[in-house]
Parts: sequence; C-alpha cells; structure tokens
Amino acid sequence: MKGENGNLVSAVEINNLSRRFGKHLLAVDNLNLSIKRGEIFALLGPNGAGKTTTIKMLCCLLRPSSGNATVMGKDILQAPQAVKQVINVSPQETAVARNLTALENLILMGKIYGINSGKTRARAEELLEMVGLGKRSGEAVKRFSGGMLRRLSIAMALISDPCVLFLDEPTAGLDARSRKSLWELIESFRGKKTVVLTTHYLEEADALADRLAIINKGRLVALGTSEELKQKLAGMETMTIKAEDLTQKAVERLEENYPRVTLTDGKLIIEAEKLDFDTVVDCLRAEGVRIKWLSMKEPSLDEIYLKITEGGQMDESA
Amino acid sequence: MKALSLAGRNLKEVYREIAVIPLSVGQPVVFLLLFNYFSKSDPAAPDIFRIDMLVPGIILLSLGFITLFSALFLARDRQSAFLTRLLAAPLTPSDFILAYIIPYILIAILQTVACFIMALVLGMSFHAGILLSFIVFIPLAIICIALGMILGSLFSENVAPGIGSIAIMVMTLLGGVWMDLSWVGGWFERIAYILPFAHGLDAARVLIGGGAVSSIGSELIWILGYMIVFISLGILSFRWKTKP
Repeated sequence: MKGENGNLVSAVEINNLSRRFGKHLLAVDNLNLSIKRGEIFALLGPNGAGKTTTIKMLCCLLRPSSGNATVMGKDILQAPQAVKQVINVSPQETAVARNLTALENLILMGKIYGINSGKTRARAEELLEMVGLGKRSGEAVKRFSGGMLRRLSIAMALISDPCVLFLDEPTAGLDARSRKSLWELIESFRGKKTVVLTTHYLEEADALADRLAIINKGRLVALGTSEELKQKLAGMETMTIKAEDLTQKAVERLEENYPRVTLTDGKLIIEAEKLDFDTVVDCLRAEGVRIKWLSMKEPSLDEIYLKITEGGQMDESA
Repeated sequence: MKALSLAGRNLKEVYREIAVIPLSVGQPVVFLLLFNYFSKSDPAAPDIFRIDMLVPGIILLSLGFITLFSALFLARDRQSAFLTRLLAAPLTPSDFILAYIIPYILIAILQTVACFIMALVLGMSFHAGILLSFIVFIPLAIICIALGMILGSLFSENVAPGIGSIAIMVMTLLGGVWMDLSWVGGWFERIAYILPFAHGLDAARVLIGGGAVSSIGSELIWILGYMIVFISLGILSFRWKTKP
C-alpha cells in the first residue's frame, strides 16, 4: 500500500498467504491483511488458530505453501535476508541464552545484527533500563523470573531497532502484575514502531491494539479496531435497572425510545445499539420512578470472540 | 564477525555449564592415570597400553566425548526458542556452522594439551612429534564435532546423547584405542580402516613415536577427506532440520 507521495504506508502486506502441514492440516488459509506503519496490530485467536504460523512465515522461518507477503516492501520469498534485517521477533517461549547475563544476551544480539561493539553496549544498557532490568544486567538470566525473561526477550528484539517488531504471545503465562508492566512497555512503542503481536487474551488485544484481526482455523474472520468490532459485530448495549414504583406507563415511555425493553423479576432490562443514560433516567423520573440501582454494559469483545471462534464467521469487511 | 559473536556465546554456554569442562578435560586425564597404573602393574601388558601409544587413544576417546557434548548442545538449542530467534536474524548457514565448531575446537585443544601434560608427567619424553600430532588431532576433532552436529541436528535432546555414547564406543573400538586392530584382523579391521579413526590414531602414534609427517601422507588425506564429508553432512543436516 502506498501513500499519496508514493511512500509505503503499510509495514506488512499479506496476500493470499496459506500454509499447509501434511495433507489435512491447513494452518493458515488464504490470509489477506495490510498492517500500517507505526500501528500496534494484534492477531487474536484461540490456540491452534494459525497465529504463530503466520508470524513464522512473516519472519521467514517457515515457507508459505502458497501466497506471499512483504515486510517493509521486502518480499519474504525473494529477499528473506533483507526482511530479516528490518524485523525482529520475540518468540513464544523464552528465547534467551540461559548461561549468559542479561547484558551479554543483548550485546550478542546487537553484534549478530551487525551493530558495532560500542554502540551495542550503550544501547543494551539503555534498553535494560527501559525494561526495568538495569540493576540486574550482570546476572545470569537462568535466575530470572518468567516476567523478567519476557521483558529481556523483548529488549533483545529491540536491540536492532527493527522497523517491525513481532511479539508472539508476549504475556502468555505471566501473572497480572508482570502482564501490566509488559503492556506499558508495548504501549510505549505506539506510533514509533510497527508491532505485530499474537495473543489469545482478548483483554490484551482490546487494551493494546490499534487494530486487531481475529483468526480462527487459519482464516481471518474479523478485522478492525476494537470499537468497530464491538459496534459492528455485537451491537447491543444493555442497561439493567432496579427501581421502586415501576409502572407499565414508565415501560411504555421507554419503549418509545428503545424497542427492546423487558421487565423481569422486578428488573428493567433495556437493550439497544446505543443507549443514552440521561434519556433513560429522565424518562423514568418523569414517571415518578425512583431508581435504586443501575448497571450499564457495553458490548464485550468476549461475546464477539466467543461467537466467532465457536464456529461462526463474521463479515471480513467489518 | 557474526559467526565469532555467536561462537563466543556458544563457548560461554559451554564453559559456564558446571560439568562440561571438568568432564571434558578431567576424564581423559583420569583414564590416562588409570591405564598407566594398570600397565605398570602388569609387565605382560600389551604395548598398546604403553604411555606413548596410550595417549593418542585417550585423546581420541576424549574427542568422542566432544561428539556427545556438541550433539547435546545443538539438540538443546534446536529445541529451544533461542534458535528460532537466531534463525530469524540475518545469519548465514556458514555463520551457524562456524559458531558451533569453533568453541569445541578450543575444548579439543585444551583436552589434547591436558592429556600430553599428564603423559609427560607420567614419563613420556617431550619432542617435536607431540606438537606435530596436532595436524592429526585437529581434523579428527573437526570430524567428531561435525558428527556431533549431525546427531544434534537429526535427534532430540533425549536421544542424541545416547547415540553419541554409541558413537564413542564405535570410534574407540574401530579406532584401535583398546587393542591392536591387526590382532583382530578380518572384517573388523577392514571396517576400521574404512573409517577415519584408525588412520588418525596410526598417524598420531607415528608422529608421537618420532616419525616424519611425510610418512603419514595417506592417513592425512584419508582424515581430511572425511573431515570435508562430515562437515558437509553436518551443514546439510542442520539446514534440513532448520529450513523454512
């Protein structure tokens, strides 16, 4: 994809990409995607959906069975070494040299990417500070906790200052605190680097990604921002109200504004694509209803995700 | 440069593993002490256990352990995500091969020097042939490392050491470490001389015994030929198992 001045605006272009393992397993099925420069893009899907296979193909670690992709305009089939020079990856499992110190791990990766020794050391120290490991830089990483190893792994991927950073399930298996700290780190890349991350945590995609693609059984089933997916796919906001003096007239008045109003077990449930808090409260107060308790629920990405990954397929243009 | 950086990492990984250096260097030295003691205790012990004949055999045994250690190291790396990270980096296959070979050549030299020092302590006299024997031991070491690369590429971390142990037995038995191959003769001797180890041991014994390099020409060609074949097979196995 090119911008008005002819410069590439997309960091990753995926065209009809497929990968088959053996005769029966189609891990990635005709995937088409365009990921913009500087965006944090999430590939979301259950285990075995084809996320890691997609990342491996984009990193030139796995050859597609058909189709192609470009990363920063470089063809993954024709120019894998050029692709490798502009990307870096933090793989799913802990990918560190266990008998080396944190600083040695970073310096090693810097040298492998051809950065000179002086620069590598300075950058390694800077990155270790950034990921909160500055004080542990001289320690052998085999003593590190899971969260520390993930942060180190991401720092190792950043040492080459890649244009595109692939993070394969960066927070899998981490406790809430470590996950939060990694989110803050990934968040800090927004607008500066193109980040493609895979995750099966909805919450993670929702919190971090500018756009997300839901993949199921190797196929792209939904694509858009989190808000777009919530609005276009799930649709319904829900308000639940417990009130005194609830009258049929009050219900009818609400029905003038919102077609789906139900009264069950003394609770009023209103559903609509867009609910306006003030309108509902004003309607009820005008009828003398005293609200005791009220809750409002936005359409959840969980609902969409579960709906899609249970077998349904949504409109890909969403 | 990239290969040297990766070789540096591999060397650190090896020497920081607590057991590897003591096992690699200590074990052949202890073997040398024990066999020397046995041969001194029995005046009828065969010549093969005389210190100048024994030391090249024990060096070959210690190189066999390098096959085992290098196979285990590569198999472990191959199964870890760290290799995934390296494979996603702009490294060439030759960078990988050199990086895996260089550290183990250094360990092989260390082992060989330690064995010679112990042999000198046990009464072997020092002469230029000892230094010259490195022209045999270094290609033999490369053969053993390349064999380790083949095993480490083809087999898992659990299986590779077992096969490495079998390789040690085969190379020491068919190399003539434990007995004079001409005594056994027949098919055993013929197979032994198809492989490079017996040629290597014969050549090293000639040099340590004071013979000239010119007298081991055919053995050297045999060993160097195997070295090229084994390195090629090592590269092919590694590429086959890590290809996209």
